[in-house]
Formats: sequence, structure tokens, C-alpha cells
Amino acid sequence: MEALIAIIIGTLTACGVYLALRERTFPVVLGLTFLSYAANIFLLAMGRLTIGAPPIITQNGETYADPIPQALVLTAIVISFAMTAFVIVLALKTYKEMGNDHVDGIHKP
Amino acid sequence: MMAHDVIAPVLLPLLAGIMLVLLRGKSLLLQRSLSILSILLQIFLAAGLLTQVSDGAILTYSLGDWPAPFGILLVADRLAVWMLLVTSLVALFSLLYAFNGTDSNGHHFHALFQLQLFGLNGAFLTGDLFNLFVFFEILLIASYSLLLHGGGRLRTKAGLHFVVINLVGSTLFLFAVGVLYGLLGTLNMADLAARIAVMPQEQAPLIKAAGLLLFSVFALKAALVPLYLWLPSAYAHTSAPVAALFAIMTKVGVYSILRIYTLLFGAQGGLAANLIEPWLLPLALLTLLIGMAGVVASSGLRQQTAYLVVASVGSLLTSLGLNTEAGIAAGLYYLPHSTFAAAACFLLVNSIVNRRGALADKFEPAPPIQHARLLGGLFFVTAVLLAGLPPLSGFIGKFMILRAALTHPQLVWIMAIILITSLLALIALARSGSLLFYKVQGVPEPVNFTSSAVFTEIMPIIGLLSLCLGLVLFAGPVSDYLQLTAEQLRQPGGYIRAVLLMEESN
Repeated sequence: MEALIAIIIGTLTACGVYLALRERTFPVVLGLTFLSYAANIFLLAMGRLTIGAPPIITQNGETYADPIPQALVLTAIVISFAMTAFVIVLALKTYKEMGNDHVDGIHKP
Repeated sequence: MMAHDVIAPVLLPLLAGIMLVLLRGKSLLLQRSLSILSILLQIFLAAGLLTQVSDGAILTYSLGDWPAPFGILLVADRLAVWMLLVTSLVALFSLLYAFNGTDSNGHHFHALFQLQLFGLNGAFLTGDLFNLFVFFEILLIASYSLLLHGGGRLRTKAGLHFVVINLVGSTLFLFAVGVLYGLLGTLNMADLAARIAVMPQEQAPLIKAAGLLLFSVFALKAALVPLYLWLPSAYAHTSAPVAALFAIMTKVGVYSILRIYTLLFGAQGGLAANLIEPWLLPLALLTLLIGMAGVVASSGLRQQTAYLVVASVGSLLTSLGLNTEAGIAAGLYYLPHSTFAAAACFLLVNSIVNRRGALADKFEPAPPIQHARLLGGLFFVTAVLLAGLPPLSGFIGKFMILRAALTHPQLVWIMAIILITSLLALIALARSGSLLFYKVQGVPEPVNFTSSAVFTEIMPIIGLLSLCLGLVLFAGPVSDYLQLTAEQLRQPGGYIRAVLLMEESN
């Protein structure tokens, strides 16, 4: 499972970086979203991957899932959600004011 | 009340911000009074904390009374309180200038302003790395909206770049935090410091990588070369009071660099000791050079001021990059000076621009502006400050930096670059001043400014300049305090003990 998660994080980051470097605002927004997904999965994986274990230390339980990364990821998801909403609205506003969706506002057909 | 005064500077702007959201559409006077009241109280609180920490105490506040390192906590030491005080003072005068009409130019200016201060104060006080991220996000989302306040094509475009680059920075921050948590199992800064000091050999490369990733995030916020490109257009195109407040925003990056790389990766950082020492000084000197080249090459006064902010970050980080107590103390003296002077310059430029009609801030001959003597006099004082000429605080700051550099092996480079850039700043500002105030042609258009309007416009600028004068008059006590601050920072043991053993609390 570790290898699979690592590949997913790597793919998401690579796609995110590539898209964030594009010249139109829409792919840039998508790229930022991919990057934040990658960061969130990475944070979750940093608490070590566990299946079927409670996020609490019990008397008889041998394994437990680290709850802190889960809490961190929840916070990070909320923040990145708000930021994505903001950047989408800003991209729309730029499109309206500039008349095109190039990140520098220079129209290249 | 006394037990809670560490969290008060964080809660106060939050509550004021929420109340201001609710007061939307109510009278402007009410919003203005609430906003100014909140900032005055913040100055008062910061001054109160200053008296408590000046004897070397490190105040901690654990939220929900969870003991460190399990709960999250706020820590007030000399450095954090110094930053709080500088922030609230800049905010006061920026807000006073905003009363000239910026705040009625769109909705929610005052609420956003308070939330920005909430993020700033939180970032200075937090003792937890993840909370530093959260407070960064709070101050950033408020700054995005403030930057765009008032609208306009160029402002929107600059805003888009600013938002996107900072979102990428936030992602990097999360990756760095994730690596540190995954290896060390904690995010409390004092606990992290204690564990980094004894880290095993096999973890060292990853921890160093995380440390350098964090450095790149903070360098982005501080506008260090090569990550400074977002700053000039963002600061040049936003409204004047916001640009003046943003003079402190780059200093948040500087603060984080100072905090993390003295506490976590300082001399006691085990295998990662003095992690950024080989990077910080060369990059800072390069920032100073490139920033000053931008100052000389600028085509407008606003852009020039924005590049002066970049250059001031360069001098500031040069001083911190010396990695000595004298260097840190000199940097901490230069920090409020450069913040106040840059803020005053942004406000002054706006007053000049308002009187030049369509030419705005371009360096082209225009009819003589109204109140040319008053504004020209203020411009002269600001330029003296920014270029670092005696007798004002810029000179003392630069002198302290150079004196701290005397024992450094790279003295020749530091001395040469700082002196040459000061000369360039002098030439560039003298040229701008003579273009704007002497090289005039044509007949001025009569514009009516009532004397009370001129007063409310000029008063915040004079206020900021007199703060710089205060830094000169009280240079002795201030530099003593900052020397003690630097000693406290260079010995992180006290901080770690205060947080982990809670010996100073209650």
C-alpha cells in the first residue's frame, strides 16, 4: 500500500506542477488543486498507514491510527477548499476585466 | 485577566473583525471608531506585554490548558512582542490614512484589516509549526482581499499572481510540516527543537530537506531572490494604506526565518546545526543588489517604493545572515525602521499621485503640484530615511549592520554591497525628488483640498516619520532591548525549557 500511495502522491504533484505552470488560469487553478490533494494525502501518510485500527490507544489493542495527521488534514482540506473557491472567483474576475484568461492578461490566439 | 494577556492580541482583532462584518452597511463612523479602538487596544496590549517580557521572561499560554507538547500554545518572548508592537503601530497609521476614502471604496475594508492583524499577531505568537501555517493562511486570505480592495485591471492581474504564488508556497509548507511530523512525531516548536538536537544519523538528510523546504517558503514570503518577483507589481498596484500595511508582511517571512533557524536549526541543531548559514547571506546580498537595481530602473514612484521594500529585506536578512548576536540585534533595529519608512513612503506617494492627475506616479514633467513644499519636505525626510543618511534611523540601522559585520570573514563583500546600494538609493531618490518637485512645466490645475482633508492625509505620514525619529531618540534603550532579544534567540534552551516545563506559566 505504501508504494501505491507514494505513486499517487508523486503523480498528483507532477500533474499539479505541470498544470500550475500553464498559461491559462483554468489549468493553473486545477494544478493548484492537484498540488493541495497531494499535500493532503502526504500529510495523512505521515501518520503511517494503518487499516482498521482505532485512532486511540486502547487497553487491549495492539495497533492504533495516529489521530494528529487526520486532524491536520481536516484543517488543510478546509483551508485549501476556501483558497480554491477564492482563486476560482478571482480567475473569473480577471477573465472579465482582461477579456481573456491568460495569466498575464495578454491574449494570444 | 493577567493570565490571558498573551492570547488577547490574537483574540481582540478577531472579535473586532467579526463585529465589523456584522456592522456591514452601518455608518462608516461607527466602523471606523471600532476599528481604530481595536488597534489602539492592541498597541496598549503589546506595550503591556513588552514590560512583562523585557526582563527575559518567556510567557506561555496553553489553549484549553492542555500541557505542552500535546496542546497548542502561544509563546510571547522578546522577539514576538517586539513584532507585535511594530505591527500595531504600522497598522494604526495605515488605518488613519485609509480614512481618506480607501475604506469607503468597497465593502468590508475594516473587517479585512482586522482579520489581517489577527493573522499577523497569531503568526508572531504561536509556538506550534502547524499553527504557524494556519495563521499564515489567515493573514494571506485577508491580504488577498485587501490587495484587491477597490478593484481595477492592473490590481486584479497583480492579485492573481500574488494569490497563485502564495498558494504554491502553502503547499510546500504542508509538505515540510508533514516530513517533520512523520520523522519527529511532534509539531510543537520547542519539542521539535529538543528532538532535532538529538536526531539520529539516518534521519538527518530528510530533516535537513524539510528545513530547507521551510526556508524556501519563508523566503517566498520575505521576497528573497529569486522568489521576489510577485512583490513589485502587487505592492505597486494596490491601494496606499494596504501597501503600507503590507510593509510588515514581508517581515513575517523574516520573523519566521529568524525564529525557525535560531530555535530549530540554530547552533544547537545537532546534525542540522546552522542549516541555512551557507544560503542566507549570499541570497540576502543578491536581494539587496537586485532590489536596488529595480529602484534605479523603476519608471514610476510606486514601483520604486516597492523595490525599496525588496532592498530593505535584503539588508535585513544580510544582518541576520551574519549569524551573530550583534547581527541579529542590528537586524531587529533595522526592521521597524524599514517598515515605518516604507509605509510612510507608500502613503506619501499616494498623496503625490493624487495631485498629479493623469500622469499619476510616472517620472515625467508635470505641472507643479499643490502643497509642493509640504509634500516635498516630507519626501526629503523619507528619502533620507530610506537611503540611510545621518542623522535619522536608517543611518543608525545601517551603521549597526556594518559594525556587526566587521568580524565576519566576508566583510569585503558585505561592506561593498551595502555601501554601493546605499549610494544607488541616494541617487535614485534624489532623481525622483527633483523630477517630481523641481522639473515642472505648465500651469497647475486648481484642485480644492480643504485644510482638514490635507491634515488627515499628512498626519499619518508625519506619525510614521516621527516613529522613526523615536527610534533615533531612544536608540540606546531600544538597542539594549534588542541586544537582549538576540541573546535570548541565540540560546534557545530557555525557550524550550519555558515551553516544555511550563516553569514561567501562571
